[in-house]
Amino acid sequence: MTQSLAEKYRPENLEAYDPIGGRHPLVIGGETLHDITELVCRPIERKTPKAWWAFFLFSASLLGIFGMSIAYLFWEGTGIWGLNNPVGWGWAIVNFVFWVGIGHAGTLISAILYLFRQKWRTGINRSAEAMTIFAVMCALTFPGIHVGRVWAAYWMFPIPNQMGMWPNFRSPLLWDVFAVSIYGTVSVLFWFTGLIPDLATMRDRSKTKIKRIAYGIFALGWRGSNRHWQHYEVAYMILAGLSTPLVLSVHTIVSFDFAVSQLPGWHTTIFPPYFVAGAIFSGFAMVLTLMIVTRKIFGLENIVTIRHFENMSKIILVTGSIVGYAYGMEFFISWYSGNPYETFTFVNRAFGPYAWAYWIMISCNVITPQIFWFKKARTSIPILFVASIFVNIGMWFERFVITVTSLSRDFLPSSWDYFSPTIWDISCLVGSFGLFFTMFSLFVRFLPQVAMAEVKAVLPEADPHYHPGDAHHAEAEGAH
Amino acid sequence: MAAKNPKPHGLLAQFDTASAIYSACEKIRDDGFKYWDAFTPFPVHGLDKAMGLKRSMLPWIVLVMGLTGASGGMLLQWWVSVKAYPLVISGKPLFSWQAYVPITFELGVLFGALGAVFGMFHLCRIPQHYSPLFKSERFESVTDDKFFIAIEAEDPKFHPEETAQYLESLGATHVEMVEQ
Repeated sequence: MTQSLAEKYRPENLEAYDPIGGRHPLVIGGETLHDITELVCRPIERKTPKAWWAFFLFSASLLGIFGMSIAYLFWEGTGIWGLNNPVGWGWAIVNFVFWVGIGHAGTLISAILYLFRQKWRTGINRSAEAMTIFAVMCALTFPGIHVGRVWAAYWMFPIPNQMGMWPNFRSPLLWDVFAVSIYGTVSVLFWFTGLIPDLATMRDRSKTKIKRIAYGIFALGWRGSNRHWQHYEVAYMILAGLSTPLVLSVHTIVSFDFAVSQLPGWHTTIFPPYFVAGAIFSGFAMVLTLMIVTRKIFGLENIVTIRHFENMSKIILVTGSIVGYAYGMEFFISWYSGNPYETFTFVNRAFGPYAWAYWIMISCNVITPQIFWFKKARTSIPILFVASIFVNIGMWFERFVITVTSLSRDFLPSSWDYFSPTIWDISCLVGSFGLFFTMFSLFVRFLPQVAMAEVKAVLPEADPHYHPGDAHHAEAEGAH
Repeated sequence: MAAKNPKPHGLLAQFDTASAIYSACEKIRDDGFKYWDAFTPFPVHGLDKAMGLKRSMLPWIVLVMGLTGASGGMLLQWWVSVKAYPLVISGKPLFSWQAYVPITFELGVLFGALGAVFGMFHLCRIPQHYSPLFKSERFESVTDDKFFIAIEAEDPKFHPEETAQYLESLGATHVEMVEQ
C-alpha cells in the first residue's frame, strides 16, 4: 500500500488523485456536479419502487403495534410491563437510553467531523442527521409514556399552573428533559439548515406544480446567492460549534440519571465519558446498518464509498475499545474501593442471574469490534453489516445490564426480585423500531438523502483554482 | 402589463466553472460595481473575498442570543427555587447554583442555535419566495451545476449593452436581460 511520493505522482498513477488536494478523491467514478444532482435526485423523482412499499408497510405495521401498545398502556397503566418492586425502571429507560445513544453518531458526523474538517463526512451526514432526529423521537416517546399518569406529563416542564407548582431543578431527571428536548430541537434546526439548498434543487427540478410549491415553500426562496452563502456558512459553522458540546452534554446528563443516584453499579464518576463513547459506538453501528442498505438500493456507491465504511469501522473500533476499557475499569474500581456492595454488584453482574445478558454485552461490544483491526473486515460489506447489528444488540444489552442488574439486587436481600419482560415490554421496543423505520423510509423517499451542495463543494472542480485537464498541478504541488 | 416596455431588473450572466466565476467576481469588484451578486450551486471557497464582501455579523447575534438563553435559564431556576416554590431538598441551599449549570448551558445552546438559524434568515432576508431571477429558465440550473452573476440595473455603472459586452468579456457563456 505504501507508495513513495515520486511513485504517487507518476503520470499513470495521477488519475487516482484529486489534482488540487493531491489526495484520493472523496467521490469516485469521475462524477461531475450535474452527475451528483442526478444521482441523488433520481431515486426521489422516479416512480415509487415496490420494494419501498414493502418496507414502508412493514415498518408502518410495527408502528401500529407501537400505537396499540401505548394505547393499552394508557388505559391499563404501567402494570402491563414486567416492572416489579425493586425493578421500577425497566425497558422504558433501557429503550430511552438506547435510542438517545443511536442519535449521537449523527451529530458526531454532522458537527464534530465538520469542525475537524473531515470532508468525507459530506457523503453520509444528511442521512446520519435524519437518523439522529428519528432516534431522538423514539427516545422521547419513552419518558413521555412511562410516567404512569400521562395526563400529568406536562409537570416535567416549568409551565405556570393553577397549583402554583414548579419542577425541581436539582434533579438530573429534569436536566434530562431539557437536554434531550433541546438536543432534538437543535438537531432539527441543523438538519433543516443543511437541507435548504438541496430543497431548492428539488424545487428547480420538479416537473409538477404541486411538487414545485411543496419543495419551494421549504426552500425559502433559496437561489444560491453568494451574499446568502456567506451568512449560511457562518450559521452552519456556529451550529456545528454549538452541537459539539451539546451532544457531549446530552449523554453526560443521561448518565447522570444513574450516576447521581446512590445505587451500587450506578454511582460512579466514569459514567459520563463511558456513556458518550458507548453512544457514539452504537450510533455509528446504526449508520453502517442503514447506509449499507440504502447505498445499495439507491445506487449511491460512488458517493458513499467503501472508504466511508472503513473510516466508520475505525471509529467503531476505537469507541468499542473505550467501552471495553470502561467495563474493565468499573470492575477494578469496585474491588479497589473496598466497598462490599460495589464488589457484590459487579460480581453479580457477571456471574449472577443476569450473567447471560452480561456476556451477550461483552461478546457483542468488546469482542466483535476487534475484527476491525483487519483491513479485510473493514472493507467487507457482509462483515460490516453483521458486526454493526451485533454492536446494536450489544449496546441495547449494555443499558439493560446497567439498569436491571443494579436494581434487581439492591442493599436488602429480602427485597430482591428477578425482572422479566412481558409481551408489552417487547411490543414497545419492537414498535419503536417501527416508528424509526417508518420515518426513515419516508425520508429516503421524499428528501435528498445526500447533502448535494456539500458533496459538490468537495469535488476537485469546485475549487476556484481548478482548471480542466490540469493534472500537472498535483505533480507540481507534490514536488514541493 | 409591462409587456411593451418592461423595466429591466438587470443582466444575468452564466459561467460554467467555479474558476471562471471566481476571476469574473474579482474583476467586477475591482471595477467598482455596487449592486451585483454571484449565484452558485455550492459555496465557492474564497468567493466572499473575490466579491469584496464584509464579514458576516451573525456571530454577534448568536453571542447575544446565547448569553440571553443562559442568563435567562439561570434566572428562571433561581426564581423558581428561591422565590416561587422554595423547597429544601436534601438539605441543600435554595440557590444551589451548581445544580443549575446543566440547564443553564442547555438553554444557552438552544437560544444560540435559534439565533444562528433565524439570524441567518434575517441577514439573508429569507424566506423570500419571489425573485425576478426566477423568471429566467436558465437560472434553474444554479442549484445544479451552473454559476451566475447578476448586475442590477440600479447600479450606477450599469448600461444595458456595455455591461452585457463587459460580462461576455469576463468569460460568460450566456448573458440575458431579466425583467423586473
